[in-house]
Amino acid sequence: MKAPILVVDDLVKHFPTDDGRTVHAVDGVSLELAAGETLSLVGESGCGKSTLGKTIMRLYPPTSGSIRVNGQEIGTTSRRAMRPLRRELQMVFQDPFASLNPRVSVGRAIEEPLIVHGIGTRAERRERVSWLLGRVGLPADAAARHPHEFSGGQRQRIGIARALALNPKIIICDEPVSALDVSVRAQVLNLLGDLKDEFNLAYLFISHDLSVVEYVSDRVAVMYLGRIVEIAPRERLFGAPLHPYTKALLDAAPIPDPTRRRGRRPRLDGEIPSPLDPPSGCRFRTRCPIRIERCTTETPHLLSAGSGQFVACHRAFEGASVPVPVPAGAPVTGDALAMR
Amino acid sequence: MSALLDIRDLHTHFFTARGVLKAVNGVSLSIGRGEIVAVVGESGCGKSVTAFSILRLIPDPPGRIVGGEVLFEGRDLTTLSPAEMRAVRGRGIAMIFQEPMTSLNPVLTVGEQVGEVLIEHGTVPRSRVKARVLEILESVRISDPARRIGQYPHELSGGMRQRVMIAMALACEPKLIIADEPTTALDVTVQAQILDLLMEMRDRYGMAVMLITHDLGVVAETADRVAVMYAGRKVEEAAVEALFRQPLHPYTQGLIRATPEGAGSAAGFGRRPARLQEIPGMVPPLHAMPPGCAFAPRCAFALDLCRQAPPPLVMRHEGHQVACYRAADIEARTLEAVA
Ligand SMILES: Nc1ncnc2c1ncn2[C@@H]1O[C@H](COP(=O)(O)OP(=O)(O)O)[C@@H](O)[C@H]1O
Ligand SMILES: Nc1ncnc2c1ncn2[C@@H]1O[C@H](COP(=O)(O)OP(=O)(O)O)[C@@H](O)[C@H]1O
Ligand SMILES: [Mg+2]
Ligand SMILES: [Mg+2]
Repeated sequence: MKAPILVVDDLVKHFPTDDGRTVHAVDGVSLELAAGETLSLVGESGCGKSTLGKTIMRLYPPTSGSIRVNGQEIGTTSRRAMRPLRRELQMVFQDPFASLNPRVSVGRAIEEPLIVHGIGTRAERRERVSWLLGRVGLPADAAARHPHEFSGGQRQRIGIARALALNPKIIICDEPVSALDVSVRAQVLNLLGDLKDEFNLAYLFISHDLSVVEYVSDRVAVMYLGRIVEIAPRERLFGAPLHPYTKALLDAAPIPDPTRRRGRRPRLDGEIPSPLDPPSGCRFRTRCPIRIERCTTETPHLLSAGSGQFVACHRAFEGASVPVPVPAGAPVTGDALAMR
Repeated sequence: MSALLDIRDLHTHFFTARGVLKAVNGVSLSIGRGEIVAVVGESGCGKSVTAFSILRLIPDPPGRIVGGEVLFEGRDLTTLSPAEMRAVRGRGIAMIFQEPMTSLNPVLTVGEQVGEVLIEHGTVPRSRVKARVLEILESVRISDPARRIGQYPHELSGGMRQRVMIAMALACEPKLIIADEPTTALDVTVQAQILDLLMEMRDRYGMAVMLITHDLGVVAETADRVAVMYAGRKVEEAAVEALFRQPLHPYTQGLIRATPEGAGSAAGFGRRPARLQEIPGMVPPLHAMPPGCAFAPRCAFALDLCRQAPPPLVMRHEGHQVACYRAADIEARTLEAVA
């Protein structure tokens, strides 16, 4: 396997509450991202996807764990020391409007990262801005205008141009198309795909929409209450899911094809519990149709099921030979497995 | 048999500083008893304004129904007095919204809200109200209803609140439920629960459902018939299978092909033969509508004719209406492509 460009190891992000309790937003997540790869992160709202993305970006200091970019630790270094590495890592948000200052012109917003990193002369930066605008499909005169003059899809293009300004290798996309209508969503997904090819970008693509995830991903990680419960190449995850939560998600996702209508069927009960007081053992057990006693007492770890698929479920390997235990953060390609 | 709801050439305008916004611009739609009809289209196309017009909930000013009829069991709702209209809202038609929090009363418990509806409705004697509330909560699969009855909306999850909304709707024993994006704010597993519940209500009580959504997956899974709206007009209507098998309006085709799972097998950014089909440009703003077909500026099939006058809605097949001058050519082409 190519050396991973991003390695997240046992990352924890807790938020203290006013009444002295703890939100277990991200609770021991390990993953790797290879250059040029798209790894999607799916899961229902509140499961910790955005917190994971923002913690990797160091918008939040991690509670514990490590984050390495090109082999260098950024989880514990000061923000100043990590600045050069920060250039490699950018983020695109769901609501680009919220991340754009309404009083700052679009050109200035895109130029800002260049100024912060002391790159280029003023003229060079201007030139780069107009090149970026063109590349994301916005007219050159957009530079002088303000964010509120643009539609949702155009604002997302502005957010993408800004993320591209420093020539990053990794972009964390947090629900980049969730607020967009279908026709505009296709435009933005196509743009992200083109940029990935052109610049060999790696995406950590956060989404709750399984149809989008199936379309964009090389690999998919499924999160539930702060933890990854399954991670697998896309074909495996959609074709042969192993975790009961992954199965429930796939089963619940509506398919835009009436000939494949599945009718009413057994559904997952209830909703995701509070991360203030997550269930002991397996966090999914309170909603799990196949739980056993062991699920209450013992936390399942991500174990290899072959072909790059990893699942954290005590029941996943019943009847199969004992799986190879794999330490957290292990690479997940077929090659890597063969090497073990 | 006549339709339960028959909207005929409805026009709802907003009179604003920017001019007259024709938010609903000649929409006709009928819904039969026990039928689930989806209304789809992108944001701003007039779905909610259509729904609010049916119930006469358009804020006036700035809005007004300026033309058309809304026949419900044969009576034109647009001509009813406020009191008569309240009666229709109480027993004939109920509505549920995307964000139940805005329509639930924050200072009343779940039991009080559902009970209040029953009392207003007046078919249940006061002594039976509590028992009936429990029954209704159970029928919408609210777990532990005896405890829930004493809880306030803010103590409930989004999915539970939506169930309470549905319970309140059921308390009126309506013949039609208008559900405006009822699952858009919910997670996919909870969405599935709520959609199942709506279908079950239809099966058990024969209620009709007007399901407003922008999600083609939700349409495909739940609707019997579908109306597609664009810029204040209905551009196509068909049975759900026909609409997905043979969409005739270029906009409907675009919507289906722009949807990842509608694009064929997933390919991934890594190896992607399948670029998603884009619909270029965006919806024109209501205050600057082109004179002809509102979709013409984005349409690959547009002719001069399309830019002159909006195309009328025509019945191309039994139950399949489309408003497009090129529908016949487009259909011939797709048939060729399949052959
Ligand atoms: N800044 C914060 N302070 C306290 N709690 C937070 C903060 N950000 C997120 N959370 C909580 O952490 C959990 C995970 O949230 P988030 O990462 O936003 O989930 P997702 O993006 O998957 O919807 C939620 O319970 C959320 O309320
Ligand atoms: N109170 C209002 N005043 C002015 N315009 C309105 C008002 N309510 C809705 N509109 C306009 O009517 C159009 C249709 O809106 P709506 O029916 O809410 O769309 P959607 O299909 O997303 O539900 C929009 O362009 C909207 O701006
Ligand atoms: Mg989020
Ligand atoms: Mg609406």
